[in-house]
Amino acid sequence: MASFGQLLANGIVLGCIYIFIAIGLTMVYGILKILHVAHAAIYTIGAAVGLAIFQLCNNFWLALFLAMLVSGVAGMLVYQGVYRRVLNAPRIVPLIISIGLFTLVQDLLQKDWLLGPYMHAFNVNLNFADVKTSMFRLTSVEVVILTLAIIFLAAVYIILTKTRIGLAWRASAQDTEMAAALGVNINWVIALNFLLGSALAGAAGVLVGVYYNNVYATMGNVPSYKAFVVIVLGGMGNVTGTIVAGLFLALAETFLVATVGFVLPRDAIAFLLLILVLMFRPRGLFSRG
Amino acid sequence: MIEAIFGQYTISVLIFSGIWAVLTLSLNILTGYAGQVSLGHAAFFGIGAYTSALLTTRYGWHFLPAFIGAMLITAVVGGFLGLPSLRVRHDFLVLATMGINFVVVGVFKYTEFFGGSMGIINIRKPVLFGIVLSGEKFLVLVLAYLAFTVWLSYYIARTWAGLAFNAIRADEEAAEAMGVSVPRFKIYAFIISSALAGGAGSLYAHFLGSIFPDHFAFAESIAILSMLVFGGLGTIRGALLGAMVLKALPEYLRIVGDYRYTIYGGILVLMMLFQPMGIIGDGSWLWKKWQEWRKK
Repeated sequence: MASFGQLLANGIVLGCIYIFIAIGLTMVYGILKILHVAHAAIYTIGAAVGLAIFQLCNNFWLALFLAMLVSGVAGMLVYQGVYRRVLNAPRIVPLIISIGLFTLVQDLLQKDWLLGPYMHAFNVNLNFADVKTSMFRLTSVEVVILTLAIIFLAAVYIILTKTRIGLAWRASAQDTEMAAALGVNINWVIALNFLLGSALAGAAGVLVGVYYNNVYATMGNVPSYKAFVVIVLGGMGNVTGTIVAGLFLALAETFLVATVGFVLPRDAIAFLLLILVLMFRPRGLFSRG
Repeated sequence: MIEAIFGQYTISVLIFSGIWAVLTLSLNILTGYAGQVSLGHAAFFGIGAYTSALLTTRYGWHFLPAFIGAMLITAVVGGFLGLPSLRVRHDFLVLATMGINFVVVGVFKYTEFFGGSMGIINIRKPVLFGIVLSGEKFLVLVLAYLAFTVWLSYYIARTWAGLAFNAIRADEEAAEAMGVSVPRFKIYAFIISSALAGGAGSLYAHFLGSIFPDHFAFAESIAILSMLVFGGLGTIRGALLGAMVLKALPEYLRIVGDYRYTIYGGILVLMMLFQPMGIIGDGSWLWKKWQEWRKK
């Protein structure tokens, strides 16, 4: 069994991935109150684009950047083209639309002329050595994930707390009508919301693809579900809560599997946590009400 | 006789359409009547299928007791799995039901008792009164069950339970205030709809002869919801049409078959954007035209 330090390190890296995916989800819920199931499709698109660009030009950073760009735009298009039309419909409508979009995109991706039913290798040599300490060892990919996580999350934090658009977002999340009445351009806020969140999801897709050396059409299934667990645990719409919850879930999974050797597959931990939270504290463990 | 005219293939398609029509009608009671959006209905389908399969292959039961046993056990499990609906609604309920679907399939896939990923095989055709039911005789069985489900749907809609369901769907607080015991009726909805789905599962297992965990995964739950939404959420005619069309069409149109889930997803998106009440649901363009024509 691996050392405590190693488990901790692995858990944190995994947590960063969950956070990347969940941030976009919680931000969309914060303003629109829609469960953006299609977010997982954006994640897979990001991975696919990243892989394609990498295969063309062999440059990881370019692939990552373009994947984030395409994902961000795709997310915005989903809002403009679909969600925007049903904002005033009963709750079930955008929910079903989102599920439909996810199903549609994922099935298309499985066709031979796209990703097909195969697993694709995503082999990136990142040209710097692993980090080895007495307590743990981080591969170069893991270092990249951690570094990017710190950079992006710091950026999100600064944007949300120190800029005007961040203020506008927080105002809209609290009370959309009031914010609009006070002159906030809600559509801009929402569009940027999708751009940012979807770009992060695309980045997550690329990073996961490289980390596990595997890109395939249905890779969005399990992360999407776990991302939901994360946002429910953290309090829907609560960005800080999401960050904490993402780490919590990843650490729980890592440690439980290593120490207890969980009876059901490791993915079931997330599902059970979700049921427990929904039954006993639906507002989330960290929500401020 | 039907077999002679239409052939084995058509019979199979009709049987599947019939089974899925029951599934869609059962989801209609839960989601259409009672407003509990469930994205895990395939789990009940699976529980019924596995129960019936295990009772007959492993414990030597005959078909009819196994069929009834499947319905009963699925009803009990369904009532229990309906408990989250007492705590959460809408989005959260959807998430919970998705989770339940995953966990149930996970149990099927990873436990020895349920055959693991090898599933259950060698399930024999039902034998009723000494007659082996296969081919068109099985179709008669399916149609009988479908007729029962349709009748039950009509009946429920006209009883106090149906009224309670509609009240809960429209406004839970108001229903509670008017004296409807919301928790009780929510569980009733789960029990009835899962029992029906369990029966469909039993028929499915005995027709196909072998079942595997992935037959009852999340994708199938989406397919069933698609059929209901396409036809008309809340209506019996919608459930029937949705199941018939969306189950049979992929069989006959190759391109539709290859892009089955793309189309299911696309239908959900397009219907919700333009006709959320379904093709022939209440208030849909087609249904309104039909009612105008009838008045002439």
